[in-house]
Amino acid sequence: MSSTKYTEYDAYAADAAAEGTVYDVNGQDWDQVVAGAEDAGDERLVVNMGPQHPSTHGVLRLILTLDGETVDECRVGIGYLHTGIEKNMEYRTWTQGTTFCTRMDYLAPIYNETAYCLGVEKLLGVTDQIPERAQIIRVMMMELNRISSHLVAIATFGLELGATTVMLNGFIEREYTLDLFEEITGLRMNMAYVRPGGVAQDLPSGTLSKVRDYLDRMPKRFQAMRKLLDSNPVYLARTKDVGYLDLTGCMALGVTGPMLRATGLPWDLRKSQPYCGYETYDFEVATEETADVYGRYLVRMKEMEESLKIVEQCAERLQTVKGPVMIEDKKIGWPAQLAIGADGMGNSPRHIAHIMGTSMEALIHHFKLVTEGFRVPAGQVYSAIESPRGELGVHLVSDGGTRPYRAHFRDPSFVNLQATPAMAEGGMVADVIAAVASIDPVMGGVDR
Amino acid sequence: MSSQDPQLPAPGGDDRREQPVARTGMFGAKTSGDTSGYGGLVVRRTPKVSTPRPYGGPRGAAEAGEFDEVADELERALPDFGEAIERVVVDRGEMTFFVRREHLLTVARTMRDEPSLRFELCSGVSGVHYPDETGAELHAVVHLLSITHNRRVRLEASCPDADPHVPSLVPVYPTNDWHERETYDFFGIVFDGHPALTRIQMPDDWVGHPQRKDYPLGGIPVEYRGAEIPPPDERRSYT
Repeated sequence: MSSTKYTEYDAYAADAAAEGTVYDVNGQDWDQVVAGAEDAGDERLVVNMGPQHPSTHGVLRLILTLDGETVDECRVGIGYLHTGIEKNMEYRTWTQGTTFCTRMDYLAPIYNETAYCLGVEKLLGVTDQIPERAQIIRVMMMELNRISSHLVAIATFGLELGATTVMLNGFIEREYTLDLFEEITGLRMNMAYVRPGGVAQDLPSGTLSKVRDYLDRMPKRFQAMRKLLDSNPVYLARTKDVGYLDLTGCMALGVTGPMLRATGLPWDLRKSQPYCGYETYDFEVATEETADVYGRYLVRMKEMEESLKIVEQCAERLQTVKGPVMIEDKKIGWPAQLAIGADGMGNSPRHIAHIMGTSMEALIHHFKLVTEGFRVPAGQVYSAIESPRGELGVHLVSDGGTRPYRAHFRDPSFVNLQATPAMAEGGMVADVIAAVASIDPVMGGVDR
Repeated sequence: MSSQDPQLPAPGGDDRREQPVARTGMFGAKTSGDTSGYGGLVVRRTPKVSTPRPYGGPRGAAEAGEFDEVADELERALPDFGEAIERVVVDRGEMTFFVRREHLLTVARTMRDEPSLRFELCSGVSGVHYPDETGAELHAVVHLLSITHNRRVRLEASCPDADPHVPSLVPVYPTNDWHERETYDFFGIVFDGHPALTRIQMPDDWVGHPQRKDYPLGGIPVEYRGAEIPPPDERRSYT
């Protein structure tokens, strides 16, 4: 271990020389800070909110210039969670890419995977060959994920406004959704379940009855949440006419998702540019016309109810639609099916027996596809889906090899977060928190 | 513009053999360890193709479709269309205009303001680094979405590594503010006219642009059951 010495650069000394007095707030010294600020005779106060502030959804840094309680200027600092996922993906096969990108927006992992896989399938030109059962499972998983993501959005929003009950309720309901994910994929988050060509494995037996239980339970729970929030005077006071952003602002800033729909524009890629067979499901696009924080909350509530409708239709179809969940093309489809053994999840024993015991060709095929991966014809695509936060786009470039030449994600959190100054400036400090929470940014997706 | 078979990627033959060499050998093996016999393999770059008319639409190019409409309208609204648009590629149901960088701002403005085009939403800029494309190593790829007409197109502008300047689209699409900062951060493309082009993901004092192909991944070797596994960017490459 080497000892680090910070002798070259004293951040505080440099800043004090350049911009005035700097107060380092460590807690329990607020009186000193206030006294110091009064002595300085400066009306404007620059406050660093974050990156470790409990209400910033992770590691978001807001630099607020305050005039009393009013926000004069708001600047957003990001990058604290940058992990180089896009760069890493360039060094792994197309299939391994799902394992990376699922970790971006960690509240909506299924969406990251699906957007990426749809892009890969478009590059391969096999979009029409994806089995129907796989598509239905994808839709069901996405809609369950939308519910769990929106529940966190509403729960953390409640917490940030000081309502612990809302937080606990939201997280309890989310647990039931995550239990379903665990049942189906083996993991609660970051599942890498959706793969190029289909999904990793078929539903385990008995899943559909658990989905039914979930469908029975959730409407009542949503009702309870609505009862708690919809016309709660404290909640209304904190959310109504706060964080206003109209359609013009949304268009200019590229804002999509519930924020855009709260301005009254029913733009939902599931309806306007359907994928995975969304055109065959019966659901409505939720809109509100208030363009404020409360409107965004209502849109999210309505969307969860609509998602339940879609999940119900999926469960119905899955009872009759049988068949493979991975593309028939053996040059693309993952050779092994997963199974749960005594030591956790791995390749199914039947497959292992087949490649190790009976067929040399199958072993070679497995080895080639797993280590080298499949080749994707050169070209570029942009595929976009409607994630809980808005348009999640993937720009994939292939040079004809077995790895992505470039994978770029247009994460909706990243784009929507740009709207923070537009919503916060000129308002009160307390409303900054409401405005940021209504964006529902996930820093894993913002920084990637 | 060289006319090609509408079936992309480009066909083989003489056209391909005239292209510069992209890579020789296989599996990334540089020593005599490669016994596969592919050591003498020569891979040439894909020729720059351009799609002939009709462009068709997202569903196919059998007959004139909405992509032709977009091209017609852009040609009508943009006086120097031939000068601004280098080539047009329609591939996998998506349309790309390769725009000369000095015209990017005008093209984007026309795309947004012309009622028959009306690409009111920009889905951001994505950079791509092609170190082999001499004189056009860095590409800025802009994805546009028209909610009015429900269609997407892509604008692609390139710049040489020695002069990495592309005009900023922030005056037309304010949403590109962060996207351009990100592309600058990762690729070093300087967007002229951007209000505050600073790094966004990497620390302010970071040296280099990590997403470029000449920038190593920075992995560390991993020991696994006594054997040392090299970092991903030093492993054998099968491409």
